[in-house]
Amino acid sequence: MKGWLGKILTVNLDTRETGVITPDIHTYSRFIGGRGMAGFLLAPEITRHWRDPDLPLIFMTGPLVDTLAPTPGRMTIMSRSPLTGTICDASVGGGFGVQLKRAGWDGILITGRSPGLCGIDIHNREIRIVGAAEVAGRSPGEVHRHLGNQGSVATIGRAAERGVRFAGIVVDGHYFAGRGGLGLVMSSRNLKFIRVRGDGHTPVDDSRELKAARSDILRLSAASPVLQGDLGIRTFGTAALFDLMHQRRMMPTANFRHTRFTAASEMNAPALHKRYHPESHGCAGCHIRCKKRDSRGRGLPEFETLSHFSALLENRDMETVMEANHICGESGMDTIEAAATLACHFELLGRSPGTDEIPELLRSMADGSRPDLGGGARRLALAAGRPEAAMTVKGQSLPAYDPRGAYGMALAYAVSTRGGCHLRAYPISHEILRKPVATDRFSFSGKARMIKIAEDQHAAVDSLTACKFIFFAASLEEYARALTAVTGQETSAQDLQAAGERIVASERQMNRANGFTDDDDDLPMRFFTEPGSSGGGVSIPPLDRGAFLAARAIYYRIRDGRESESSGDDS
Amino acid sequence: MKSLLETYSRKLAERGLAEMPEIHFAALEAEIVWNRTDPDLELEKVFGGMSVSTLLSARPAEPYRTLLASLIRSQPHPLKARDTETRTFLHDLPVSFSGDAETLLSFLRRRKGVIAPGPRLITTGTVTPEQAYIVFSSMIHATFVLYCLDYLDRCRSATVTPEEIVEFKSIMDRLPPPPEPGLPLARGPLAGEEKILAAVAEAGARTVAAGLVDSYFGNVSYHKQGTIYISQTGSSLEDLPGCIDACPMDQSSCAGITASSELSAHRRIYTETDMDAVLHGHPRFAVILSLDCPERADCPDAHRCHTHCRRERTVAGVPIVCGEVGTGPYGLDRTMPPAVAREGAAIVYGHGVFTAGRRDFNEPFQRLLAVENACRREFMERVTSALKG
Repeated sequence: MKGWLGKILTVNLDTRETGVITPDIHTYSRFIGGRGMAGFLLAPEITRHWRDPDLPLIFMTGPLVDTLAPTPGRMTIMSRSPLTGTICDASVGGGFGVQLKRAGWDGILITGRSPGLCGIDIHNREIRIVGAAEVAGRSPGEVHRHLGNQGSVATIGRAAERGVRFAGIVVDGHYFAGRGGLGLVMSSRNLKFIRVRGDGHTPVDDSRELKAARSDILRLSAASPVLQGDLGIRTFGTAALFDLMHQRRMMPTANFRHTRFTAASEMNAPALHKRYHPESHGCAGCHIRCKKRDSRGRGLPEFETLSHFSALLENRDMETVMEANHICGESGMDTIEAAATLACHFELLGRSPGTDEIPELLRSMADGSRPDLGGGARRLALAAGRPEAAMTVKGQSLPAYDPRGAYGMALAYAVSTRGGCHLRAYPISHEILRKPVATDRFSFSGKARMIKIAEDQHAAVDSLTACKFIFFAASLEEYARALTAVTGQETSAQDLQAAGERIVASERQMNRANGFTDDDDDLPMRFFTEPGSSGGGVSIPPLDRGAFLAARAIYYRIRDGRESESSGDDS
Repeated sequence: MKSLLETYSRKLAERGLAEMPEIHFAALEAEIVWNRTDPDLELEKVFGGMSVSTLLSARPAEPYRTLLASLIRSQPHPLKARDTETRTFLHDLPVSFSGDAETLLSFLRRRKGVIAPGPRLITTGTVTPEQAYIVFSSMIHATFVLYCLDYLDRCRSATVTPEEIVEFKSIMDRLPPPPEPGLPLARGPLAGEEKILAAVAEAGARTVAAGLVDSYFGNVSYHKQGTIYISQTGSSLEDLPGCIDACPMDQSSCAGITASSELSAHRRIYTETDMDAVLHGHPRFAVILSLDCPERADCPDAHRCHTHCRRERTVAGVPIVCGEVGTGPYGLDRTMPPAVAREGAAIVYGHGVFTAGRRDFNEPFQRLLAVENACRREFMERVTSALKG
């Protein structure tokens, strides 16, 4: 076996036993790695409660990790979400995937619950379960330093230990496996960190062919203004998207009550750079290096974070955004859910937050003293008897693209298998960024099939554990060549697309097994009843409910070969 | 979706790429929709074997059909072209000798397009019919360039047959005549954003109409008071209204992230010169001559001319420079702007021509046209000279 190592480590924290799963090549070919393989391993146990120690928490690399393929440093972490009850996976960067492969493992499957706070220390084939009481409550950076900055470390922060349902897992102090609460799953096992160090290497079938494939991909990357242009992600990080969302009048503002934030042009990525003079860093082996940090080591906010901690909360102070981002990073909280929960909170209060309130409330959220906020926006709104104030899908808050400004995004949010998520189909690519071609953002025409195909493609990308950003430029055609070169298994773009379809189908089945229905594939009613902020020649009307439901019905016919089971009347 | 299929079918016909009766264009959402009432049922099976949204099958119009047939006969498969479109986006051009769905699928699962019996070009897209159209026109461009270079090489090596000489003449005779200068473009200096946007759109449309670029490649920009007005990435140069980004020179906004991939090259021209307008097309004969280097056979960098060529070459008085699309380590933003600053124009190896001018687009447009017409004459002279031995 090349590319894949054929071995997945199992660790039971109850019994302290370790073992090895050895999937056959057929299984690897069908599910690729990362999100696909993790889903394959998770599926038999998916109906377990997230606190059930027998529900696996899975760390899974892909066949291209630790090879010359571009963006080879990512991996997937997957389990069931404490926030939503859906499947929950996150693609995360840093060096963990590379070290894990070098240690000889494609992945780790963790079950059981340790009697006390512990860590797992992996050095090649040597696996130790160690006490972690001394790093209880510590930040990801502190844990990394405590471990001597050696190897790669995946750890939870204080928020997970205090029960925040959207607590994530942080890799190497900076790289966040966010959204639905994987950190809380890890915390429920009394597992503070995993450190991995590896001395081996990942075998590749045809290095020369891999170099050729790499060259094709890097050429496309260099030709992409979004990736490597002067205004693109390499220069400014994902915050480069901020101006565009503002200009297109689809920047969620005041908890999605408006779609334009008047202070946006003063808080954009160039303004951040002018003020904080950041340096770039990135995942192992990546040529784009989209991450930015200031001279104090504080990460600059990603686009979603910048937008939600400014526009969504009507905050005009850049330093407050920096501080909010830092608090979330240090405590291990998902920034989108944290900001959206505060936005919901202030809508319920009927006022905007004061600048000082944002960091104060975030700290309270993270230390467990405001469990009402730590449960996320939907629980908060439900408890207040005003569910309409939660801008969520399947209980997960929406990111920083208002669906009234991009109708493919509206459909993609609704049918996403992990709740309100922009990354499952990322139609912003064609609706806003014009890649691979531009589509009409104010039309549902053709979008059902576009979303289905894009979901399958992104599932394949997450399973290769490549970076989504590179697919602004490259396609599965180029990555299929890289995969073939690495594994020696002839693979076409359409083979990968078919694997993606298989992976999404499995995820939808898992959600169905947990009681999710078509009624859950829906958007908050605000988007169908209230307009966005029209102006400047751009009209942002409410979404047409009938057109949305018709597009969703077509999606079901294409995706599942069935009619819709929901009229949409009950929403 | 039906109207989009009709739009792009019409574009194929208007651009002389295919004749309407030969165009089979389909899109799939829940059901398959065709641009015509007699669908190709064999092609419908392709939709069942792969995950795409749109499929285009058409016999190219003449002279492309003839030259394609010639290439299939004379070249190893898949066809390997050296132009930028192929190198960057298509990679190679596979050839199928069977038109049955299973065989076609075996190629289309790996590539965006295939040359099928007929010869036909079959192309696909995952998003809209526009993708299939772009791949189709790129394959026509690539095969034309490849055919001309191959023919010239074989003339020089005296391996061309009398029948091929006749065929070449018939192909050249059926090309559209060299473009004429036509009426002047909007006169500068251009005052006010509306006039600038209109002038940029006019320049784009005229460049396409003159056959100096296929509609979805190339770019156009104008610089005024610290702002670059530039066509968006992937925009159709013949239909630019609404697709022009205003990008501050001081990079104080990222809204131009959707601007052309050559924004940084345009910016550098404006920074280093007093030019006001830049035009970039992919005129085919300039591309062909940029690839036709007599010293290539003995050059140690022959496998990487597009990135490493350091020879000082000119065609029609215009320097040829190496450089790849965009801003990578071999990006043309490093090589092309100095050449344009010196000469007002540059040909990028295998890629296309950049021209610049002051006040308005008249100077760059006329220069682009003149370069291409000179390259066309020069190419025919090289063929004649090679045949004479």
